[in-house]
Amino acid sequence: MAFTTMVGARIRRREDPRLITGRATYVDDVRQVGTVYAAFVRSPYGHAKITSIDTAQAKSDPHVLAVYTGEDLHHAHNLKASLPVAHKMPDLKTPPHYVLALDEARVVGEAVAIVVADSPYTARDAAEKVVVEYEQLPAVVDIEKAAAGPPYVHESLGTNVAFTMPFSAGDPDKAFAEADVTIKQRIVNQRVAPVPIEPRSMVASYDAGMQQLTLYSATQIPHLLRTQLAIALGLPENKIRVIAPEVGGGFGAKLNVYAEEVVVSWVAMQLERPVKYIETRSECFQAMIHGRDQIDDLEVAAKNDGTITALRLKITANMGAYHQLLTPVIPTLTMLMAHGCYKFENIAAEVVGVFTNTMSTDAYRGAGRPEATFFIERAIDMVAQRLKLDPVDVRRKNFIASSAFPHTTATGLTYDSGDYETTMDKALAIIDYAGLRKQQEELRKQGRYLGIGISTYVEVCGMGPSAAMPAAGWDSATIRVEPTGSITVLTGVSPHGQGQETTFAQIVADELGVPIDHVSVIHGDTDKVQYGVGTFGSRGTAVGGAALKLAIDTIQAKAVKIAAHQWEANPDDVEYRDGKMQVKGDPSKSMTTAEAGFLAFMGDKLPPGLEPGLDATRRFEPPNFVFPFGTHICVVEVDAQSGEVKFVKYLAVDDCGRLINPMIAEGQIHGGIAQGLSQALFEEVVYDGNGQLLTGTLMDYAIPHAEQVPHYELDHTVTPTTVNPLGIKGIGEAGTIGSTPAVANAVIDALAPFGVVHIDMPLKPEKLWAAMQAVPSNGSVR
Amino acid sequence: MQIDLTVNGKQTFIDVEPRLLLVHALRDSLNLTGTHVGCDTSSCGACTVLLDGVSVKSCTVFAVQASGHEVTTIEGIGTADSLHPMQEAFWTAHGLQCGYCTTGMIVSAVDLLKRNPDPSDDEIRAGLEGNLCRCTGYENIVKAVRAAGAAMRAGDPRHSVNELMPIHPPTVEPPPSGEAIIPQQLQEAKV
Repeated sequence: MAFTTMVGARIRRREDPRLITGRATYVDDVRQVGTVYAAFVRSPYGHAKITSIDTAQAKSDPHVLAVYTGEDLHHAHNLKASLPVAHKMPDLKTPPHYVLALDEARVVGEAVAIVVADSPYTARDAAEKVVVEYEQLPAVVDIEKAAAGPPYVHESLGTNVAFTMPFSAGDPDKAFAEADVTIKQRIVNQRVAPVPIEPRSMVASYDAGMQQLTLYSATQIPHLLRTQLAIALGLPENKIRVIAPEVGGGFGAKLNVYAEEVVVSWVAMQLERPVKYIETRSECFQAMIHGRDQIDDLEVAAKNDGTITALRLKITANMGAYHQLLTPVIPTLTMLMAHGCYKFENIAAEVVGVFTNTMSTDAYRGAGRPEATFFIERAIDMVAQRLKLDPVDVRRKNFIASSAFPHTTATGLTYDSGDYETTMDKALAIIDYAGLRKQQEELRKQGRYLGIGISTYVEVCGMGPSAAMPAAGWDSATIRVEPTGSITVLTGVSPHGQGQETTFAQIVADELGVPIDHVSVIHGDTDKVQYGVGTFGSRGTAVGGAALKLAIDTIQAKAVKIAAHQWEANPDDVEYRDGKMQVKGDPSKSMTTAEAGFLAFMGDKLPPGLEPGLDATRRFEPPNFVFPFGTHICVVEVDAQSGEVKFVKYLAVDDCGRLINPMIAEGQIHGGIAQGLSQALFEEVVYDGNGQLLTGTLMDYAIPHAEQVPHYELDHTVTPTTVNPLGIKGIGEAGTIGSTPAVANAVIDALAPFGVVHIDMPLKPEKLWAAMQAVPSNGSVR
Repeated sequence: MQIDLTVNGKQTFIDVEPRLLLVHALRDSLNLTGTHVGCDTSSCGACTVLLDGVSVKSCTVFAVQASGHEVTTIEGIGTADSLHPMQEAFWTAHGLQCGYCTTGMIVSAVDLLKRNPDPSDDEIRAGLEGNLCRCTGYENIVKAVRAAGAAMRAGDPRHSVNELMPIHPPTVEPPPSGEAIIPQQLQEAKV
């Protein structure tokens, strides 16, 4: 790529004018004549038998068009009333997950009936008139109690254990026997809620004449959703159109196939009216997937010099009451990334997935990798604390050397490229680490508690090779050079804030030599765009962008043939230079992509045998994942009187390879850090023992305000990858993965003088204050 | 019942149920869908509009309470032809990602600068505590509000989207209208 003006530039996003002026169209902004509105009746109990449902009163409401229950749907022609889970796990228990509860509800908020009325207000009124009688059943919320025995979430399974996956590599027992020190620690990674500001939203309509279903949904995966709807509704897939218009945040929570999407689609078919359902925030807390929720029991073996030799690990993961699309896959990613950026070879691990009467867990920003990074980065600090070493030195001692890439870990992943020490050294220099440690020591003498937390993360993303994914891992791009020179890009990924309308246009503008405003990037409509897998797992640019590059290559190759024919030259002698074609070494004649596109449209001056038209559809199958990495350093002061945590500094030095638009990459890191630090300090989904959700509104569940987060100082290093033709790695999740342990390590470091070894998140002031008053003998605070 | 709302400078009379929230009157009766709903507890601020020039959460105001008053929504703050400096600053500073909270955030920030034309970063963060954003980590929102404050104090005029992001004419022009034959030579197409 010789000609570059756009790639690497901080240009304003091309999607923004409509967003800042209120002219964008989110699902709730879709207006269709004749629309009716759905409300769901949901279980108020964590576990209950449904003994009767009386819909008569609701049905007699003149505003109501229809009421359907689980029983109605269960017997409906063609409807497959159970939801999918994508996995390749042979022994996974997959109990039915009905789109409306059939005779038992297993989680608070499980949909029991749907009411359709002439306005959103009347629909909710009528939902109140559906009389459901429940017989409460014993609920189980605690993962360990659930794993141990009854009561069972699914009585027919006779267990709450959904799967057990053991793993072993090297000789961990020998390493433990020979260790100078061993450290044992339970680390709880609490349940959190994704909270995109736009809740789940959908409107379905059915054209009976064309036998065509159209579903607008706030989804990250329009095509995968279409495929699953075809299966669930018994419709041919070519009769379903899924549109993800503007989507107001996803963070993994909209990477799913939700019961409501199936039910609303089915109801639209029955009524032949557009049916709209916009959930309330309270419903969103109950019925949108949650993230994390693992107990990680860890044992580390180390030598006196800080070298880590082995890890024993038991991951007990809460599945919730049912599997959603990727529920059981998430904790397996934790196990795969248990190494972090360290080279130890002995590992014994076990993952246990457990059903409880709670909402399903699934992919939430980082999806399994934040949990791994959290425990391994905490483990490094615990080793340093025990051996009275600097945590920086322990990291340095255990890093995979930059010369050792590609590096295959004991868990079987091949890290593509990395230079962990350079990134860490850059961060230490920027923040003046030595100076900070000195300052910390002085402040401690004054009774002030400064904490310095480091996290050197690596994560697996750019999901991913199809062989290693629960379903397809490739993605697609089409480029069309239109007759008058503008360029249409159709991408299979489905951005919802990541800015690919801009970054993809930057790539095309450079490579095909057109002004950026001549490039239009279309996504999120299965009737416009060729099949694509969607946006998740930091794959949008690393996989979708790579497909775009392949399509550019095909366009260029054909354009070169067209130009060569005009000039009676050998195509091998024609090249793209500075965005134009010319005969090698002869700048006197040149042709633009647009000119070649026009000739390809006219069709009469093409070389014999060359088809008219200048367009290409290509797919990229990633040969491997990509592994971005970085060093986050957080400095906090913990108030000895109140336990409050005050941010002093936050620095992130990340490496995601080559940057297409640094401004957009930084934005991804900012947002990621905020979500990660918020898990460390504020966020926690809480159910009581009966499975009642106690954090069901934004009044009870703390996502941070502007005042509660610090200024983030960013820098980066560039270590390209050869996994894709753009040399880039994903950056969507890295901030979240890196930040949580940096913040926790900082807070725990601040409290080290009190003998604190570990504190479980969220690190709330009352917990920290209590720890400063009396630390348990093992140094571990729950 | 009929209410009298002046929205973005235009007086309208609409029939509403007494319980209808202002946000739904704006969105559904007047089709001003730039004002969003993100929660049910007045926590998120996505629905922020100006009521007689002061920011309110329109999910916490009944439409009837706004009768006889002036409402400004994001659509009235600025348009593509005449962006408010706050809108331009959010764009330039990358103060938005998914955009869902953005419209309410911009309205709140406009109100904040009205009350305090030169806020410090801490004052900006405190001033926006009623608006939640899950994408940006607030870093670039703070930057945008600071930049908008500077531009407004300097009397920076409004710009259009086209000024800030010019659109180039096509490189290959279509034939003049009325001409049935597409030019056979590329040169004729004024490449």
